[in-house]
This record gives sequence, structure tokens and C-alpha cells, in this order.
Amino acid sequence: MNRFYIMLGTLAVVGGAVLFLASREQPVPGAIEGPAPAVAADGFTGYTIGSDSAPVEVVEYSDFECPFCARFANLQMPAVRRQLIATGVVRWRFREFPLPNHPYARYAAHAAHCAGEQGRFWEMHDALFADHSWAQTGKNPARLFNAMAERTGVDLAAYKSCMESNRFASRIEASRKEGEARGVGGTPAFYVNGVPYRANPTSDAFKALADSLARR
Amino acid sequence: MRHRQVIAVLALAGLFVSLYLWLWKIGRMGVLQCGTGGCERVQTSDWAVLFGIPVAFYGVVGYAALLVTSIAGLRPRLLERRTPTLALFGMASVGVAFSAYLTWLELAVIHAWCRWCVGSALIITAIWAAALAGLRRRA
Repeated sequence: MNRFYIMLGTLAVVGGAVLFLASREQPVPGAIEGPAPAVAADGFTGYTIGSDSAPVEVVEYSDFECPFCARFANLQMPAVRRQLIATGVVRWRFREFPLPNHPYARYAAHAAHCAGEQGRFWEMHDALFADHSWAQTGKNPARLFNAMAERTGVDLAAYKSCMESNRFASRIEASRKEGEARGVGGTPAFYVNGVPYRANPTSDAFKALADSLARR
Repeated sequence: MRHRQVIAVLALAGLFVSLYLWLWKIGRMGVLQCGTGGCERVQTSDWAVLFGIPVAFYGVVGYAALLVTSIAGLRPRLLERRTPTLALFGMASVGVAFSAYLTWLELAVIHAWCRWCVGSALIITAIWAAALAGLRRRA
């Protein structure tokens, strides 16, 4: 009997130690300081792609570190752009929804905004999702993001200065709070003409829905 | 006696699994170690919260109850009594049914697998089998 309690105690100590080590938080770059604003101070409501007169608007709440967001961006988004955005049916609005357990989600979102400041948001968006290995390693991706930004054609010095300033942190937090207020629970989450989209997010499903809305 | 020892060890393992998922859910863990990314899909889905409480927390409470009951059942006074085994079997049956429902959600609704959740489902099934074996031995 005593051997049993020794074994149980050992298991408890080992398990507790593993949990303790796992709970040691990593630094979170890109975190906002101070209270979060309800809306971005500059009134920013997200980068869009597509015609302003498109009959359908899809709002995507996404997390750059989320593997399912990457899968959607890499597998479904090319067809969405080709079939719906390029044809003027859909305008796509991208909103950040960094999840609390993704240490570099805000940092990646900030990198996209710093590239966006130079007119390269969607290029950086695509680069961050296309080479998604950074999201699996848990290592600081700053140097990798610099290389990505350079490849998108931004002025690297201006990009680095932007990243150091952390000036878009409040925009990202405002986007997250907006998503939270709309009931976003996970990523990616979509709203089609303001209505939550709950079905499987495939390009075919979006096309069927957008076409039916455009015909009304 | 042996089946209660087995249940205690399994309940402790299950307790750590559910604790890990619960602490992650409330933001006290770093990156969720999963491999496929399915864990995050499941843990951030609408079904990861029940009545405003993370589902993983129900696991913490359930496994803690199983652990306490199994250890209490090892005390000399209760060793020959059938009640602790009955209680363990009852709790494990509820746990198995709940786990089966969650596993079905992963398969048919969320379309993603959380390895930790599957691990927990296997643990509670093993606990249920051990409790059933304990009941039969005394029947």
C-alpha cells in the first residue's frame, strides 16, 4: 500500500512540475499598454480588398498565429479572390482577433499594419500565412518578419521604426474588442453583410452565399 | 482494492490533462502543445464553454471527485464496502457519456481533433472499465 502512495505522490509531483513549467508565460510583443479603446483612435475599420460598390461585404476576424486561419488564407482565399473579389461581388474586410494564448499574434498583426502603412498590407498578410512555420516554433519571429517585410517591397528601415513604435497596437486591440462585442469566440470568424457565418468556410460555400445575396 | 488504485492513478492523470486545458483556456498557459492545431480549434469553439464555464473545468471537478473517492475507498474502513466502487462507477458513467458527446462534437461538428481531449476520453473510459471490473468482482 505504501508503495502505491509513493507512486501516486511521485506522479502528482511530476505532473505538477510539468504544469508549472508549461505555465511560464513567454513575453508578448505588441501588447497594448493602458486601457483598451472601444474603437481605434484613428477610426480605422480594417483593411479591405475589393470594390467599394460590391453588394456583399465579408468581415473576417482572424489571428495570424492561428493554424486554421492560415489554412483558410492559403487554401480558400485564392479562390475567393478570384471568383468573388475580382469579379466585384464581394468586398473583404480583414479584422484582427488575436487570441490570448497566441504569444505572437499581436506582433504579427502589427507587422501587417506596418507593411500596410506602406501599402503592402495584403502582401504581408499573405506572407505571414504562407510561411506559417513561425507560429509552430514558439520562437521570437522578429527577424523572420523583417525578411518577409523586405520581400513584400517595403522600406525596411521605416518598417522597423514602425514596429519599434508599436503605434498600431491600439488599432489591433480595438479590432479585437469589436470582435468580442460581436460575439466572436474563435478564429477565423466571418460575418456576411453583418450576419454571422456559421457554416464550413470554403470558397464554394462563400460563392454560393454571395451569389444568392448579390441576386437579391 | 486493486481497481481503486488503478482508478486513483488514472484520475490523477486525467486531472492533470483537464487542468492543463482549463489553465490554457483561462489564459494561464503559453502555447497549447498539440501538434496539429486541432486543440485550439476545439478549445476556442462555441462548444468549449458550457453554462459559462469552460468544459475543461468540469473535467477538473470530475477527475478530482474520482481521485478523492478512490483514495477514500482505499481506507481500511471502506476497503470491503461496495459503496465507493458504486460511486466510482456512477461518476465514471457520467464522464464516459459526456466524453462521448464531446468526441462526437469534435468528429461531426467542429471537424477537428484535440489530442488532449481524446486522451481524456480514453482515461475516463479506462476508469469506467476498472470500476466495472471492481463491481463484477464483488458481485
